[in-house]
This record gives sequence, C-alpha cells and structure tokens, in this order.
Amino acid sequence: MSDTPKKPNKQMEASRRSVLMGGTALAASLFVPKFLRAADYPTAAVNTTGLAVTDDEVTIGILHSITGTMSISETGSVQAEKLAIEQINAQGGILGRKIKYIQEDGASDWPTFAEKAKKLLVNDKVASVMGCWTSASRKAVLPVFEQYNGFLYYPTFYEGLEQSPNVIYTGQEATQQIIAGLNWVAETKGAKSFYLLGSDYIWPRTSNKIARKHIEKLGLKVVGEEYYPLGHTQFNSVINKIRLKKPDVIYAIVVGGSNVAFYKQLKAAGIDMTKEKPLLLTISVTEDEIRGIGGENIVGAYACMKYFQSLDNPNNIAFVEEFKKMWGDEIVIGDVTQAAYLGPWLWKAAVEKAGSFDIDKVRAASPGIELTTAPEGYVKVHENHHLWSKTRVGHAKLDGQYEVVFETAELVEPDPFPKGYQ
Amino acid sequence: MFADYSMGELGAIFAMQGFAGLILFSVFVLMALGLAIIFGQMGVINMAHGEFMILGAYVTYLTSNLFSEYMPALFSMYFFLAMILAFIVAGALGMFVEWALIRHLYKRPLDTLLATWGLSLIMQQIYRSVFGAREVGVTIPEWMMGSLPLTDTIEIPINGIFVMVLATGISIAVYIMMFRSSWGKQVRAVTQNRVMAGAVGINTERTDRLTFGIGCGVAGVAGSAFTMIGSTGPTAGQLYIVDTFLVVVFGGAASLLGTIASAFSISQAQSIMEFFLSGSMAKVLTLLTVVGILMLRPQGLFALKLRK
Repeated sequence: MSDTPKKPNKQMEASRRSVLMGGTALAASLFVPKFLRAADYPTAAVNTTGLAVTDDEVTIGILHSITGTMSISETGSVQAEKLAIEQINAQGGILGRKIKYIQEDGASDWPTFAEKAKKLLVNDKVASVMGCWTSASRKAVLPVFEQYNGFLYYPTFYEGLEQSPNVIYTGQEATQQIIAGLNWVAETKGAKSFYLLGSDYIWPRTSNKIARKHIEKLGLKVVGEEYYPLGHTQFNSVINKIRLKKPDVIYAIVVGGSNVAFYKQLKAAGIDMTKEKPLLLTISVTEDEIRGIGGENIVGAYACMKYFQSLDNPNNIAFVEEFKKMWGDEIVIGDVTQAAYLGPWLWKAAVEKAGSFDIDKVRAASPGIELTTAPEGYVKVHENHHLWSKTRVGHAKLDGQYEVVFETAELVEPDPFPKGYQ
Repeated sequence: MFADYSMGELGAIFAMQGFAGLILFSVFVLMALGLAIIFGQMGVINMAHGEFMILGAYVTYLTSNLFSEYMPALFSMYFFLAMILAFIVAGALGMFVEWALIRHLYKRPLDTLLATWGLSLIMQQIYRSVFGAREVGVTIPEWMMGSLPLTDTIEIPINGIFVMVLATGISIAVYIMMFRSSWGKQVRAVTQNRVMAGAVGINTERTDRLTFGIGCGVAGVAGSAFTMIGSTGPTAGQLYIVDTFLVVVFGGAASLLGTIASAFSISQAQSIMEFFLSGSMAKVLTLLTVVGILMLRPQGLFALKLRK
C-alpha cells in the first residue's frame, strides 16, 4: 500500500482540498475563541532548546517501516499520522506554526530504527516523533530517545511493563485490552475453559500470562497454552489438540502471516466460529489483518480492542470519511491506525497547554491532556504516559468489519505494571 | 492427558492427527519438488524459490478477481485454470532469469546464492509496489472450503485432500519427466557430466533453461495451492524457504526419492511432536534431529552414486 495519497490529479485535488479545508478552518476560527497566532508566541520564547522551530514552521519526524515485513502493518499508521498533520495544518497549525514532517524508513530492521531515530533527533532536531510499531523497534529507539531527550508517540497495543519519560503510548497496554474481554466472555457467554494460543515472542507470551492469571482469578480453567514460531503456517496439529480439549474459548494471539494460515485452516477443519463452540476471542486481528485472512474465514470470531472502524459516533464517522477521502475508498482502518492518528493531536494539545515546544515542558503538560475529538471517543493521558480508554468487543462479519457488541461503561485505567499479574 | 476420553474419541482424534501429518507431508513435497529439480539437478541454490511460489499465489489472486468480475458463473472452477497459469507465468519468468542471470554463474555455484537472494529482494519489492504491502485475500471457491465428515467424529479438511492429490499428481509427473522422457535423460546427463553431455550432442544450454523453468513452474503451482492454507503477501515466500531447503538437503540434494522420503519423515516427526509437545519445542526438536543426522550423514538420506 502506498503512503502517498491516491489521487488522479494530485495538484488540482490538493488545491481543492486546501480550499475546502481553509473554509473549515475559517469557520472553525469563528467558533473557537482562542485562535492561536504565531505572533503571540515568539520563537525565542517557545523554543529555548534549539529544536527545529521557526516563525512559521515546526518540524516533526515520522519513523515507521515502509519497506520490509512490517510495512504491511505500519503503512496504516503513516497514513493516519499524515492525515492528522494535514488536518492540524488546515486549522492553522500549532501555536500558529504549520507542521512539517521528515519521514524516515525503519525498514523493518531494529538497528535501522535506532539509527534513524538518532538522525531525526540530532541532525533534524525534530520537536517530536510519531513512530515505531513492534515492541522490538520501540525497545531499539528507547535509549536514543532518552539520551537525546526526544519525544515519541507510540501507537501500538503492546505488552506493557514499560514507562518512559520520553514516550507517550497511544495504544492500549495489555491489561486494558485483556481483562475487560475476559470478563465479558465469562459473564455473557458463560465460558468456563480457555485454550491460549500465540506466536512465540514477547507480546503474546506476556499477554497470555496476564490472561492466565486473570482466568484463574475468576475461578475458571486454562486447558492449554501454546506458542508457535513467527511465520508458522501449519496449524492442523494444534487444531486437533483443541478438539481434544474442548475448550469454551480459544484465546488467540497469533500474528502476521501465521494469522492467515491459522484462520483458513481452522475453517477448513470444520470449526465453524459462528456456532461459538468453541468461541474464538482474539486481541491480534484488526480490520487490517482481516483483509489478508478473508472475511469468510473469520466470520463469527470476537476481537477485543479499543477501536473498530464501525464505531458509531460523530467523531469516527467524520474520521473514516476524511481517511477514505485522502487514501482511497478501499482502505480499512484498524485499532493501531486510529491510535496513530491520536499522536499528532495529543502532541498539539500538550504543546498548546505548555505554551512551548520545549520537550521538558511538553512532557510536564502531557498528563491530564484530554481529547474529545478522538475517533474512539474521549481519551485522557494518564500520569504513566498511557491513555485512559474504553475497551470494546467486536464480532467479525462476513464483509471484514466488526460489529461492536460490548463496550466498557467507564474508561479503563492503564496499568503498565499490573500487580499480581506478573 | 488421555484419561478422560473414550476410546472412540481418541481413535477419531488420532485418525485426524494422522491426516494432519499426511497433509503436512504433501505441503512439504509441493514446496520442495521445484527446489529439488533446481538445486538437486542443477546445483543452483535458488534463494528466490519462495518468491516464485508467491508469484503463483498472486497469479491465482488475479485469476480469481478476473473470474469474479467477468465470469462469475465459472468461478467454482477458476482454481484449475489459475494453477496452469501459475505454472506458465512462473516457468516463463524462471527461464528468463536463467537466461539473464543464472547461466553466467554455473561455474560459481556459491555466487548463485547471492544472486538469487538479491533477486528475491527485488521480487519482493516489485510485489509490494504492484499489489501493496498488505496481504491480499484470495477468495477460494465454496466447494474447496470446509471439511468432509468421514464419520460422526472424524472430519477431514477438503483443502488438505486437494493438496494431497495435487502433490501426488505433480510427483508422478515429475518422476515421469525425469526418468521416462528424453528430456529427463538429458537433464541427468548434463548433471553428471556437462562437457561429455555437450560432446554427444545435447544442447546443454537449452536443457538448463528448461530445467530451471520447470522447477520455477512447479514452485508456482505450489504457491497457487498454498493460497488455500496460507497467506499471500510480498514477503510470504520467506515463510517457506527454510523448510524447503531443510527438506531438500536432508533428503540428499540430487535424489527426488530422497526429497519425498525426507518430506515424509520431517512432517511426521513434526506433526506428532506438535501434538504431544508445544509448537516451538516441536520445531526445535525436529531441527536438532535433522542437524544430528546430517552430521553423521552429510550427503543426506539418499545420495546419488556417481563417479566424480
């Protein structure tokens, strides 16, 4: 998938879009009382640490893989971030300055991520970075961000057990994603026994560890727990094992190409997920992945995360429409894409609250930042740099979309170091 | 582990597990046949084998789109045409690659490793640019999905049976071509002694090109079949390459029978261990066993006896 907008005649379309957006911005400026102008914020005052901020521009970095294995997943994030930046610019930018971005390619290679992060921070002096996707890439850039005091917005749901002063985590950490889903399946579906399955690396293993503790806390039973190497494509043996153990729920955290093989073979083996015997609950399949799996192979499964494209609220409807306008009608939007979209907006809010681009001031201003315009609904930054967010359960439909069947009544508090779950 | 189950249930599970092993065997055979022809007969280490398979998968994807667009009535049959097209496209590209790249490197077999690895990167990036970085979903005709209830408790995946039939068919076809046709005789002659084969009037260049083309074509068919069980994306070929080399090397590079025997033993070992142990452990033990056997018997299970 390309990360430049799909437009037949780019220039003309772009100018039409900017006219449209200019109109919206003008309208917005009439209603928003505090329309920030650069003149009110002299560069010398808002930038005391030598970041790339001029009188009319501020530079940020986008650091994702656009080549290599991970480009499958990361392309959506790049698209979301560019959309957010364009929308912010159309509204007049941040402190009266337009956002300019420098995009670097992490190339699905973790040392490359670290090198590019250093380049963005040291050479380009970017004011913040939207980037990374896998935990491995985040762990690779973390020392760089901490050494050079950069500021990273990280979009993926992940295993938790981390909290850096230089990172804002806009996706859910493991307990937010897992516990609500398990409670739901135990309460509404009466599930008693679980089979835990995952790809063999840190995120599925940590997540299943939390899931197992919670299942046992609820007084229910784990009848099997298993991991397969990344890229594994033969699941017939484990499917037979699942048949033998007859669990009520298959809890699957399979990722990447293995995902496609797993669901196709599950279906071929005659396990019809629409009958919910057993029921399948996953935390790793967004609408993005379903495109590769095929709706007919996963219909009836349940997924637990914070965002689904089908969410019915005005923010999301507008977001989906804008996203499709920029990137084409064919596109689907998954959980991480939405979380990536929040990055630039959260940064904007923090900078405006701080009245400065200085990273220490932005960091101090970040906790407590609220966003009422998020497609997923209301979110708020916690002291621990993660987001308060609702958790939802979606039911996979034939057309590759999820129907939201449950959402938590309250925002779920992020808890990256859960006591009693380690 | 088995205390709570009746004999009937256990019997059913073991029968299905037996089939799972056979399906894995067929998958391995399909993956490895093309490489066995290229690596085994020509000595070319084709690192782009997985990408040729994925080319077959993309051809299947395009054919399915074409049929659902223009001939929805015939959609249930498109798969057969897709496999033939996959063979032709992958084979033609294989012959082109042989002409443009491989034939200059016959005297430097290790360099083929680097050259074909580079080729695999180029092909991946082309897929990415043309079809996008995301995986594509290939729609499989309705009759090929689901399972066949053999008894009340035993269910066999239809796509598994399809892969088994296909693997058997292709193995027989390759066997006949290699050992019962004049082309096969020429291939074997060129493998054993290139200079002498040339001297008795065999067109060695043409034989090489055809052999490489057929190997790639078989890979294309395998890739086409794997759209039923796996993913189709720019880098999906990488998922298969390690297992493929494992099977071919373990079998004894130059022997087709060895390839099949090794596919059988590796698949059975892996599927039985996956059932009793966990997935990653099964893989580790399989690889350890293979490494151990190869240390004792570096030429693989079946070695061709020939005078050097």
